[in-house]
Amino acid sequence: MLVHGLTALLSHWRRHPLQFAMLLLGLALATALWSAVQAINGEARASYQRAAAVVGQDRLDQLVHADGSRIAQTEYITLRKAGWLVSPVLEGEKRYGGERLRILGVDPVTLPAEAAEVNVGAAGLGLARFITPPGVLIVSAATAQRLQGEETPPLAIDDAMPPGTAMTDIGISQSLLEAPGEVSRLLLAPRQPPDVRPLAEIAPDLVKRAPAVESDLSRLTDSFHLNLTAFGFLAFAVGLFIVHSAIGLAFEQRRPTVRTLRALGLPLRGLILLMVVELLVLSLAAGLAGVALGYGVASLLLPDVAASLRGLYGAEVPGTLSIRPSVWGLGLAIAVAGTLASAASRLWRIATMPLLAPARPRAWSLASERGLRLQAAGGLTLLAVALLIVRFGAGLVAGFAALGAMLLGAALLLPLVLSLLLKLGQRLSKGVVAQWFWADTRQQLPGLSLALMALLLALAANAGVGTMVQSFRLTFIGWLDQRLPSELYVSTRSNAESQKVHDWLATRSDAVLPVWNAESRMFGEPVQIYGVADHATYRQHWPMLEATPDAWDRIARGDGVLANEQLARRQHLQLGVPIILEQGRVLPLVGIYSDYGNPRGQLIVGVGLLTQLYPDASRLRYAVRVAPERVPQLMAALHDTFDLPAENVIDQASVKAFSLRIFERTFAVTAALNVLTLGVAAIAIFASLLTLSDMRLAQLAPAWATGLTLRRLALLEILRSAALACFTMLAAVPVGLALAWMLLAVVNVEAFGWRLPMHVFPLDWLRLCLLAVASAILAALLPALWLMRRQPAELVKVFANER
Amino acid sequence: MNARIVLLALLLLATPALGQGFAGLGSDVRGFAVPQPDVALVFPQDHGAHPQYRIEWWYVTANLTGADGQEYGAQWTLFRSALAPGEKPGWQSPQVWMGHAALTTASAHHSGERVGRGGVGQAGVSLSPFAATIDDWSLTSRASAGADPLSAVTIAAAGRRFSYTLDLDAKGPLVLQGDRGYSVKSAHGQASDYYSQPFYAVTGTIRIEDRDVAVTGQAWFDHEWSSQPLAADQTGWDWFSFHFEDGEKLMGFRLRDSAAGFTSATWISADGRPEPLPPGALSVTPEAWHDVKGHRVPVQWRLTLPAKHLDVTTSALNEEAWMDTQVAYWEGPVRITGSHRGRGYVEMTGY
Repeated sequence: MLVHGLTALLSHWRRHPLQFAMLLLGLALATALWSAVQAINGEARASYQRAAAVVGQDRLDQLVHADGSRIAQTEYITLRKAGWLVSPVLEGEKRYGGERLRILGVDPVTLPAEAAEVNVGAAGLGLARFITPPGVLIVSAATAQRLQGEETPPLAIDDAMPPGTAMTDIGISQSLLEAPGEVSRLLLAPRQPPDVRPLAEIAPDLVKRAPAVESDLSRLTDSFHLNLTAFGFLAFAVGLFIVHSAIGLAFEQRRPTVRTLRALGLPLRGLILLMVVELLVLSLAAGLAGVALGYGVASLLLPDVAASLRGLYGAEVPGTLSIRPSVWGLGLAIAVAGTLASAASRLWRIATMPLLAPARPRAWSLASERGLRLQAAGGLTLLAVALLIVRFGAGLVAGFAALGAMLLGAALLLPLVLSLLLKLGQRLSKGVVAQWFWADTRQQLPGLSLALMALLLALAANAGVGTMVQSFRLTFIGWLDQRLPSELYVSTRSNAESQKVHDWLATRSDAVLPVWNAESRMFGEPVQIYGVADHATYRQHWPMLEATPDAWDRIARGDGVLANEQLARRQHLQLGVPIILEQGRVLPLVGIYSDYGNPRGQLIVGVGLLTQLYPDASRLRYAVRVAPERVPQLMAALHDTFDLPAENVIDQASVKAFSLRIFERTFAVTAALNVLTLGVAAIAIFASLLTLSDMRLAQLAPAWATGLTLRRLALLEILRSAALACFTMLAAVPVGLALAWMLLAVVNVEAFGWRLPMHVFPLDWLRLCLLAVASAILAALLPALWLMRRQPAELVKVFANER
Repeated sequence: MNARIVLLALLLLATPALGQGFAGLGSDVRGFAVPQPDVALVFPQDHGAHPQYRIEWWYVTANLTGADGQEYGAQWTLFRSALAPGEKPGWQSPQVWMGHAALTTASAHHSGERVGRGGVGQAGVSLSPFAATIDDWSLTSRASAGADPLSAVTIAAAGRRFSYTLDLDAKGPLVLQGDRGYSVKSAHGQASDYYSQPFYAVTGTIRIEDRDVAVTGQAWFDHEWSSQPLAADQTGWDWFSFHFEDGEKLMGFRLRDSAAGFTSATWISADGRPEPLPPGALSVTPEAWHDVKGHRVPVQWRLTLPAKHLDVTTSALNEEAWMDTQVAYWEGPVRITGSHRGRGYVEMTGY
């Protein structure tokens, strides 16, 4: 009996292959986008983990300066001489050509066994070669590839190295990073001898830092990944609309079969079991396909993600994916869970259906006005919840929760809004055909509403994210002009060279402005501190958000501090609050400036104060003011005189182009996910129209019988689809605007720490509207063609079969 | 593979070819200086490091008796291993240092190990004042001005469950091993420069498992350097330093190879006159074996030296005296019975 029951149930799919395909496709697509995002995030997180684990920061206690500055090597020796088993690590960045390399210097001799993730003595690499100049850089094969042709020390390959990171001897690293006698931190071996003098006595300025469960990198990039996850979730939700509508249709259409099977004696429990098994198999198959597809999508997107992570956060993520069981597991689980959730109400209805209930497959689509209102009430409630979260919530998760509630609420409201719009259309239209067109469209609305809701989500996301990106771009470009007023930017390679270049430039330019900086740890996060000269360049151009009137005078006097917006927001800093700097110096905050694209906190002080408070500050970079026409000549002269590599002397245009490129790549992924989501929505409409086309015969036959030609009817079908898309787009515009506002004013502030002004781009919406209408027309094309090719006999049969 | 395992190979082996004698000590010389038979040792300079040579050690073993009546053994060793000949400033120094320390009782054997790079001050040997140090471990001279720096020294070391500070005062002269300090290690002519101070009287305190014990006793100091002390076919050695009750001393060793091995010995009179004995004069025979940490080592030896009417048997204070360090070996205090009675130390490598 069960076997026959199963055959009977499955025969539905045989008779509706397209419905079957849509169900699988919807589920696979939804799973695919979700899995793609998971795979990308997984890859990135694994990479941060590797970066953190490379010298055991995740397993060993460390000694550091509380302010993040470097430790004198003599202090290391003092600790060793006191019996403490510590091992020095020097960390820093160095550029080779265009490649930024994170250099990790270790002492392989004292490195605790627990720390060594990477084989220091790899592949015939003797300790002698490792520690004696020129030394060896241990890098991954991919990093080695990127460094090819650069003047690095000899490379050795070890693929346990995270990308963009090189491990080398501490001594070699000190010369590469120009930090003789300095170390960044000291690793503490897990078992220290007893009876050693306490740390507070030997090294009072050092603090013990517990193994970093979460690296600065993964904390910084968290918001980026949460963004991606939210998009993955949106795509999945849109996909589930397809699944939900396909399953709903299939269950309703199978009601006669169900009734017959039960009448024939198949127990209800057996029937439900069969249906659940059927759904499980389907969802597993679609899930598998979806995850596989997801990997494909992820591998296409990953290079862009990697590039933007590198550009934004300096986080190195490999451009290739590895297969993670967790992604597969999660992908399949979410596919199955999504399917079962979509089917739950249908299964419940079958379970509670009286045995011989009339099988009315069309009944479900004739949802009452009351149902619409109920749904709309739910939508309004969700919108209210979203408002409340925005008003009272805090944090990125709250931001996304508000976004989710807002989108879902808007989607739930959509059928009522469309219904009202259609009513309006009906009222405004004249003539029988037009009246019928509107009425029939309204009649069809319940069957299409799920697909249209999916379309609304996709359109709103597109409009919202588009607005956000465009607003950001506009602000960013303007900000770049303010932030990069100098004509030329020069990086020198050593302090000695820095002095020479400065003196040389001083006589050949209008101004040489030091761009010196130090790294520190304040407010529990790494903070960059820049020193600026007192110059009109800053007074006129610097992108201040708010400042005291005498801010620049106070900076010049060493009597004030500026903070970037993200630091000020994170730490709730307001003008006038005291900022505690090195050596116990406390200065008031006199200004807050915008600093887009930089995830880190930043402070600005007068350059004199910087060198006084942070004697170890890097003094290598300068911004040069010079007449624009003299720039090429000066660049060439600089190059000839000091043999500075090309990448060390960059003109304003190149810096701007570089910054913009990073910007574009950052949003390339967002754009790609957007397009994919829209694609999923289009498929949802197609699926719904396709499944409806069979059942529409009963409505179309009378119209045909009263004289409308099939061609006319088909055209009207297409027009109907286009009208619905157009209306949905109309509804999507306010939702998109709300979304953009929430992204700019809530999510961005939480994620990146900056708030951007919102700009509106109606032309973009028009384009999006055309896109939506085009996809709706495309989706309606096939069903319309089928309609045109119907034989009159089929239409006549409708009357014969009329119940 | 763990970096430290590789490091082990690198540390004492400048070549990855394991199996070149124990800890690679039988490998090629490659630019390093080689001990010469006719070059006299000069003190105090030769107390210091010889970076032109590949391997060097300063080695103290002490047989101690505690105020509690118990017997103890203490070891303090600083090894120098050069990855390349010579010295360079800072981290560029090719000198790698390794310290071993141990404290042995009849029932326990505690050992510790320290490693460090030369050139940055973490480890090394300085001449004036004389001090051999690695981390907080040290062998420092307390000698008065003009006296040999090694005539009075203090050794200190600490491990996980032990520490000690011992004052060593020389009651006799330095003793040159082999031919005026040129100690032949194989029939093929491998040799080291080698001298000893076997006449130390010891007073001090040991701390073992949170218990302080005042101790007195005798200590033996060796300083040896070479670039290739073993022949390629020599797989390890058994080394003996004995304090006899009548004040005489014996240093003897056997280098094991595929054949009968190579033995050498120096008989030291109570007033410090060395009498090098020809290769083969000393015969050593293991009489009882013990399994310790997966290694089967002899723990009872019979030594005969007919020229000195010596026929003695050693018994270990603690048969478990295995040095579980990166380069592992057995090193522990022994009692001597037979024709002569006394105490001493035995070191066995390559088992």
